[in-house]
Amino acid sequence: MASINKAVLDLKRLDLLANNDSVIHRLDARAKVLVTCVFILCIVSYDRYELSALFPFFIFPAVLIALAGLPPLFIAKKIALLCPFVLVVGIFNPVFDREVLVNLGPLGISGGWISFASIMVRSILTVGAAFILVGVTGFTAVCQALERLGMPQVFAVQLLFLYRYIFVLSEEGGRASRARELRSCGRKGLGIRSFSSMIGHLLLRTWQRAERIHMAMLARGFTGQFHAYRQSSFGKAELLFVLGWSALFVFLRINNVSRHLGTLITGLFT
Amino acid sequence: MSHHIVEVKNLRHVYSDGTVALKDVSFIITHGESVGIIGANGAGKSTLLQHLNGSLEPTGGSIHIGHTPLSKGTLPDIRRTVGMVFQDPDDQLFMPTVFDDVAFGPLNLGYATADVEQRVTEVLELVGAGHLRDKPPYHLSGGEKKRVAIATVLSMSPDILVMDEPTNGLDPFARRQLMALMRDFEHTRIFTSHDLDMVMELCDRVIVLHEGEVRADGPAMEIFGNDKLLAECRLEKPLSMQGCPVCGGGPARVSRPHPPHHHHHHHG
Ligand SMILES: Nc1ncnc2c1ncn2[C@@H]1O[C@H](COP(=O)(O)OP(=O)(O)OP(=O)(O)O)[C@@H](O)[C@H]1O
Ligand SMILES: [Mg+2]
Repeated sequence: MASINKAVLDLKRLDLLANNDSVIHRLDARAKVLVTCVFILCIVSYDRYELSALFPFFIFPAVLIALAGLPPLFIAKKIALLCPFVLVVGIFNPVFDREVLVNLGPLGISGGWISFASIMVRSILTVGAAFILVGVTGFTAVCQALERLGMPQVFAVQLLFLYRYIFVLSEEGGRASRARELRSCGRKGLGIRSFSSMIGHLLLRTWQRAERIHMAMLARGFTGQFHAYRQSSFGKAELLFVLGWSALFVFLRINNVSRHLGTLITGLFT
Repeated sequence: MSHHIVEVKNLRHVYSDGTVALKDVSFIITHGESVGIIGANGAGKSTLLQHLNGSLEPTGGSIHIGHTPLSKGTLPDIRRTVGMVFQDPDDQLFMPTVFDDVAFGPLNLGYATADVEQRVTEVLELVGAGHLRDKPPYHLSGGEKKRVAIATVLSMSPDILVMDEPTNGLDPFARRQLMALMRDFEHTRIFTSHDLDMVMELCDRVIVLHEGEVRADGPAMEIFGNDKLLAECRLEKPLSMQGCPVCGGGPARVSRPHPPHHHHHHHG
């Protein structure tokens, strides 16, 4: 539980990164949300066996991280946190899908392994893009942008609350598990009974605290409207940003640049 | 400005688990008054305060703020009028940075960006938290959180200031700072505290809650002079009214305690 708590604190640090200042940070949130959406759509629209065509897409996170001055190691660690989940989703592919698709010399690689790798790469790309979006925009601003792009306000507010709720839950969880650890006097836990009652307490407490935070928001004039401090408008820079990246993504989606590059290079040497 | 009257009539609150937190509470607080609400743990102070800005719904009775009954329709206006500092600052701070948190209220009120910036800076200075503006609230110490929580409310320029144990967890200097700030606040102030010396210094009037009922309501001097009442409600005299153990003087001058600005200095 303590490590989850730490992970969530790190998530907050991601939100904090959004307060930095850079070319990317200054862009209107809507532009960044749009580009990220196009990016994710392109990635998920690929066939499950596609692998090589995915690699050129790494240019997007790389450029954004560089321009926005995000700590790359930090982002990488956040993504790595997700790997176990992806592993669970993808691990059965090699088991069930044994048809050999690629021959690397004497080694036959089955479709299962390729689709597994593809899932990994796609997850890294999409989740990475989402993290970077939050890191250069801030979650509140992302929700606000979604709303201004036409998402119903109710959903945008729900999304924001969900996000806050994760924090609240993890904080309460951290406290409860610390209290339990301290009182278990070094023994490894106090058995399943105390654990299950702790979880029950935890949910109740989280719910109550979320309620109180909601009250505090209402007390300070929250009416479901977002107000970002950083005011921005959709100008030329934004238009260029959206069109430029979208064009590149669509181009990469249509042309498998890796393969072209590959044939080009092998063509050079033969 | 009589429109900032706070009128509580036969207020009753029963929590969903059946706990009767407030039995039958009535009082009227007029504009500009500074009122301390005191009582033992669990007396119902926090519950009472949460009714003043509609955070809780009464089980019975009614609340009027400036002749406007508190109801769903009037809630937004009332929340603009009544600034509320909750007992636990963790409940009050939810934005990524201190600045964002303090700016949350003014932005909701529709202030212009430049005004918000200035307002936030001013208010943070006022509570002595200017240096914290870019920190995330969850990395602050308890007292710092409290100060920021107070700033979030002051930034909205409320007409009625309601605070639940404002000096709880503050260091002596911050406590003094906050007390000066509250003394300068010209509108209505209502707060609870176990810091009876502060209540003594800041309040003309004291309401004693006991097991969900108003046990006494009157001038601070009178209430703190009533030993029997205090004992029954698990309270005691403010230190400034007790005999000074160093001078050896008994509990002298009960009816006329030290003036608020007199301080003992016994060091070494
Ligand atoms: N959410 C709740 N559900 C059920 N009972 C509650 C709830 N909150 C408070 N109570 C009960 O209501 C009573 C009054 O609580 P309240 O928080 O108002 O006390 P208080 O006077 O503020 O005490 P303290 O000085 O400790 O802050 C207590 O007996 C408490 O146990
Ligand atoms: Mg209380």
